[in-house]
Amino acid sequence: MTNLEKYVKAFSEALEVPESDVPALKYGESDQWDSVGHMTLIAALEDAFDIMVDMDDIIDLSSFEKGKEILRKYDVEI
Amino acid sequence: MYDVNDLPSLPVYEWDRAKKRAFLDAELSALTDWHAARCPEYARMRDAWPARGEGFEALPFLPVRLFKELTLKSVPDEALHRTMTSSGTTGQQVSRIYLDRETSALQSKVLSRIIGEFLGKQRLPMIILDTSAVIKNRAMFSARGAGILGFSMFARDKVFALDENMALDREGLEAFLEKHGGEDIFLFGFTFMIWQHFVARLRETGYHPDLSRGVLVHGGGWKKLADQQISTERFKRELRETCGLTRVHNYYGMVEQTGTIYMECEHGHLHAPVWSDVTIRRPGDFSVADVGETGLIQVSSVLPRSYPGHVLLTEDEGRILGEDDCPCGRKGKYFEILGRVKRAEVRGCSDTYEQK
Repeated sequence: MTNLEKYVKAFSEALEVPESDVPALKYGESDQWDSVGHMTLIAALEDAFDIMVDMDDIIDLSSFEKGKEILRKYDVEI
Repeated sequence: MYDVNDLPSLPVYEWDRAKKRAFLDAELSALTDWHAARCPEYARMRDAWPARGEGFEALPFLPVRLFKELTLKSVPDEALHRTMTSSGTTGQQVSRIYLDRETSALQSKVLSRIIGEFLGKQRLPMIILDTSAVIKNRAMFSARGAGILGFSMFARDKVFALDENMALDREGLEAFLEKHGGEDIFLFGFTFMIWQHFVARLRETGYHPDLSRGVLVHGGGWKKLADQQISTERFKRELRETCGLTRVHNYYGMVEQTGTIYMECEHGHLHAPVWSDVTIRRPGDFSVADVGETGLIQVSSVLPRSYPGHVLLTEDEGRILGEDDCPCGRKGKYFEILGRVKRAEVRGCSDTYEQK
């Protein structure tokens, strides 16, 4: 699986949305990606890429696109 | 006004009185103008305000209950990100606090800075001293659930100590402690729930998990414990005896000023971080009380931008114990809470509002 596939899958499974809807997702704009969903998503990303995300980055991870930028700091290219 | 991106990086407990007051005077006064320009209800109250006192203590303080009675926001509806609600202990109407993304993120960042002072920078394994049911039903999302989630950011693996029926999840706890043997552990919960459910279950079952590497952060008020005559000392002693917890920090905070919480230090004092402050006011004429004098607690915070809640008068009573000289080394005011005003009749601003 490529990193992009893993990344999309983490979003899709954590937030329970179809993979096709994932790229448009923004925090707080869907019922699934609320604060509960957010922590599930962070856990899923940490598992998928075997990283530990800093608190500031958890707070800043506010969209599908923003998440890619943040993961780059952890040497994960998507 | 400070750039929102620069605010969270201020040193949490380093500024002395002179430096902090200069910062708060400038920042809170700018926020007052900011809200008056964006929230017509607030502007009316500000205009009718009889300026007394000096610096930020001369600014209008809104009674917290005003957020139950009025819609107070300084952003257009389309910028709203979420609305926090709290019922308070008296019930009736709920407070509504309107958050946009900016204020919401600011709150989270500042909270993480404050907690970081006590837990360190690492995200620790976390035991939530509450029931898993509290976040299961999203539709019934309570202030308790929101608090738990807010604090969950500081964790990297979590377990609830109580199952959905409020019974101790002993198996879950044992597995968790085994997995994280030798690590520091972050524990979080609400004071009353911890006492009534966690400590009580440990005593009943005789199960004494080793939580000596734990750091407990708890809040939500002492009212129910005070009603049962449970002192802070007894609370701490029972935790030490039932599970070896010795690092226990209470915090004082409210949904109206999420983020800027007041943490209890190793000497049992609540501390104001750089972004917020407490002022004690005399109940008779609302003048500023002296150090050591009991009165109503005013809380001021530089974070609220989406709602005019930067200077608030609570219905809690307390007193300042000192400033810049706590033996723990943290600068700023330190204080204690003495309870809630019996029949809170804190008016003023809402009277002004009705005259409009």
